[in-house]
Amino acid sequence: MEKTVAIELRGITKTFGDVVANKNVDLDVYRGEILSILGENGSGKTTLMNMIAGIYFPDEGHIYINGEEVVIKSPKDAFAHRIGMIHQHFKLVDTFSAADNIILGEKCPKFDLKAERAKLVEAHKAENEAYENYDEAEHPGPLAYMKKPKFHSEKETKRRLALMPLTGIWKKIKFNWLAKKRADVVQDIANRFGFKIDLKKKIYDMSVSEKQTVEIIKVLYRGADILILDEPTAVLTPQEIEKLFDVLRNMKAAGKSIIIITHKLNEVMEISDRVAVLRKGEHIATVNTADTNEQQLTEMMVGKKVSLNIDRTEPHDVKNRLVVSGLSAVDPDGVKVLDNVSFEARSGEILGIAGIAGSGQRQLLEAIAGLYKVKEGSITYFDPSKDDAPVDLRSKTPVQIRDLGVRLSFVPEDRLGMGLVGNMDLIDNMMLRSYRKGFMFLDRKSPKKLAETIVEELEVVTPSTHTAVRKLSGGNVQKVLVGREIAASPSVLMAAYPVRGLDINSSYTIYNLLNDQKEKGVAVIFVGEDLDVLIELCDRILVICAGRVTGVVDGRRAIKEQIGLLMTKTSHDVDENQISIDDLHTESENDTANSEGGDAQ
Amino acid sequence: MFWTFLSRSIRFSTIFLYGSTGEIITEKSGHLNLGVPGVMCIGAVGGCLGINAYLKTLGSAADMSAFGVVIIGILCALLAGALAGLLFSFFTVTLRCNQNVTGLTLTTFGAAFMKFMLGDLENSSSVVNLGTASRAFTQSMLPSEPSNWFEQLFLSYGVLVYLAIAIAIAAAIILKRTRTGLNLRAVGENPATADAAGISVGKYRYLSTILGCAIAALGGLFYIMDSLGGALEFTVDAYGWMAVALVIFSIWKPNWAILGSILFGALYIAPNYLLNLSFSEKEIIKLLPYIVTVLVLIITSIFGKRSVQPPAALGTTYFREER
Repeated sequence: MEKTVAIELRGITKTFGDVVANKNVDLDVYRGEILSILGENGSGKTTLMNMIAGIYFPDEGHIYINGEEVVIKSPKDAFAHRIGMIHQHFKLVDTFSAADNIILGEKCPKFDLKAERAKLVEAHKAENEAYENYDEAEHPGPLAYMKKPKFHSEKETKRRLALMPLTGIWKKIKFNWLAKKRADVVQDIANRFGFKIDLKKKIYDMSVSEKQTVEIIKVLYRGADILILDEPTAVLTPQEIEKLFDVLRNMKAAGKSIIIITHKLNEVMEISDRVAVLRKGEHIATVNTADTNEQQLTEMMVGKKVSLNIDRTEPHDVKNRLVVSGLSAVDPDGVKVLDNVSFEARSGEILGIAGIAGSGQRQLLEAIAGLYKVKEGSITYFDPSKDDAPVDLRSKTPVQIRDLGVRLSFVPEDRLGMGLVGNMDLIDNMMLRSYRKGFMFLDRKSPKKLAETIVEELEVVTPSTHTAVRKLSGGNVQKVLVGREIAASPSVLMAAYPVRGLDINSSYTIYNLLNDQKEKGVAVIFVGEDLDVLIELCDRILVICAGRVTGVVDGRRAIKEQIGLLMTKTSHDVDENQISIDDLHTESENDTANSEGGDAQ
Repeated sequence: MFWTFLSRSIRFSTIFLYGSTGEIITEKSGHLNLGVPGVMCIGAVGGCLGINAYLKTLGSAADMSAFGVVIIGILCALLAGALAGLLFSFFTVTLRCNQNVTGLTLTTFGAAFMKFMLGDLENSSSVVNLGTASRAFTQSMLPSEPSNWFEQLFLSYGVLVYLAIAIAIAAAIILKRTRTGLNLRAVGENPATADAAGISVGKYRYLSTILGCAIAALGGLFYIMDSLGGALEFTVDAYGWMAVALVIFSIWKPNWAILGSILFGALYIAPNYLLNLSFSEKEIIKLLPYIVTVLVLIITSIFGKRSVQPPAALGTTYFREER
């Protein structure tokens, strides 16, 4: 069977400020195939697809559809080229019914006055001819006159032609009017495609999978030939995923091109014909799914091991500092974001947390910091100043946690949202941690000194300590934040993606800072995305996937592919072939059990 | 007595109705325009200057045609309001400024602009002209004084009162029952979704703000030419704030705004009809609309029904490539 190319990308490059999201990407998508796009977070998959869908505009490169070069400047242009995208965060208006969401933005078919006029003249001419050739004898019967062609005089034709523009306006008005029956029209189409869903329901009354179905119907209704799905299975149950895959296979059989972005290797193997792998914004390779396996894909996704030469000292005087056991939490929509998470962070050790972004890392750290509501489980802190007496941290506010004398520092992922106040200067940001000190008036002297120390020691590039933090570059912002958190002399330091967006030198500054803390006996928790860094920096690496712990590996013995597989394992795979958990972990499980016993007393 | 009171309330309510209908159309696009009071002032300026210029070309105010005065007044007020709306949209859509700040600036500017532009008219013969011209606005379709309650309630108003109600009803229908309205509401609820559906967020926001401001501007014209009978008073902005409160009271529905504005109008003029009230008691009655608005806010947020909430993207700016 000859395969025809539906869409070709050539040399696509897109940058956001200094960050290169896509670099010189070439990609072909054929008709009637399902192409998976695979890559770690931040590898530029969504950005690339957004450029096809008209959300972003590429800086460089060309896009060809059916062999012709096109320019896609906006979602409107994408529609015109019959491209439909289902975004990871659904683009639906909550307060509208599903049907209204589907017809949203639909354009009135263009009324071509010239063509319509020509059509009318032709029709009249044809009918007049029929009238002339009509022989009454050939059509007997009492009702024959009803079938008799009508004669259109020249005058009538002229009048109709003159009134033609009004027909155009009337059609526009009629199109613009929202009939009460509009939901039925859309419902009919949905039924014909085989979807079982009530489209009169409001979106806010719908489940996640229903919302996704609405998105798919929307794209089909708009008549898309190229369908892009951005992580469609992330929010679905296994049964719902099966249903979705059936829909996709039917669409593929109907000759549509489907591009599906996903992290889950088993799904890639199950649904796709070909797999394109992106890494750090670059297209690594496109392979036929039948010719590859999970191992090989993981290797392409994570890349060859790179030596970073981060110093790692042997941990000494290791003690349990923070023990989390059986922690579960749900998000506001009722979706489980943490599922029975247990681990322990030890003093003098760096515990890495690896996982696809959005697997629950943020919620885990926020739960420990007292910012996220916990449903089940316990968080226990062992206070070094009180001879390691256990302190229960579960369901405490950050202020309560601090008042208990728990020295917990948190470097959140959202630096200028949760960590620092962008519009305030360095000194004021230091004071966010010390504003309660002093009597009546704020103590500004010590924060100023602290800010100056941080600027000097961490080589923060800033005009002065009075500069608004938001004006600093990303690396310097991070240095200020980490500096402040370390200055509080924590016994537990949690850092989420502390080197994200930082250049190589700033990254090393941060690694060294974390290592210093480790040597001082702090229990460091490091959430990272670069597996090379995690393996070289961390003593132990906790891998989580979809809110569950899928394994704990020793940083010194870890292999990248092993972590990569753990990151993409779905829950039932884990139970079947649990990756050998190192001896450290089994030993610590006993500790956990002991500490739970201690809590109960 | 009661019918007179009710018909006066309806007449007075027109100021609020113009302001809130305009603001509802604007807010449905996700634009929070706190400049409505200023826009009403600017509308009054536009209308008065237009009528004044027209009467000056005639030489004598007695030669005026009632139709001409009304049309010129309305068109000039619409134009002035539209320009104010264009200015607001330029700042908030194109330059992506903060809407609250821009709106409040527009209000301050509008009130001062009115004094600046119309201050001179106040002490000249133009004031007499405006008084004459206002008869064209207050002229009802009845040949004489209303004789029964029906005439009093339905037929005793000037043209601007009917226009306000017609605009409000038309706005309600367009918002609810046309694709234009659906697209506009989508822009106000979730601009990213609207954009992905091929709706130009900027275009809708520009047009709805310009249209909304043009309608609100008629409120200023009405106040000067109908309520005050051509007298110049610089208190239009106070009624503008009532119009903003009315938007919340009518839970973003122009048809509700018709009833709400009548209620607000009635409460506002009630003290004049209730004798034996002390000054402070009268002022408290005038405060009631605000208290009612607060109550509506409390009730709607307690019940939390999604259909009575403000547009979800109200007050936010939209930029497609933001990440």
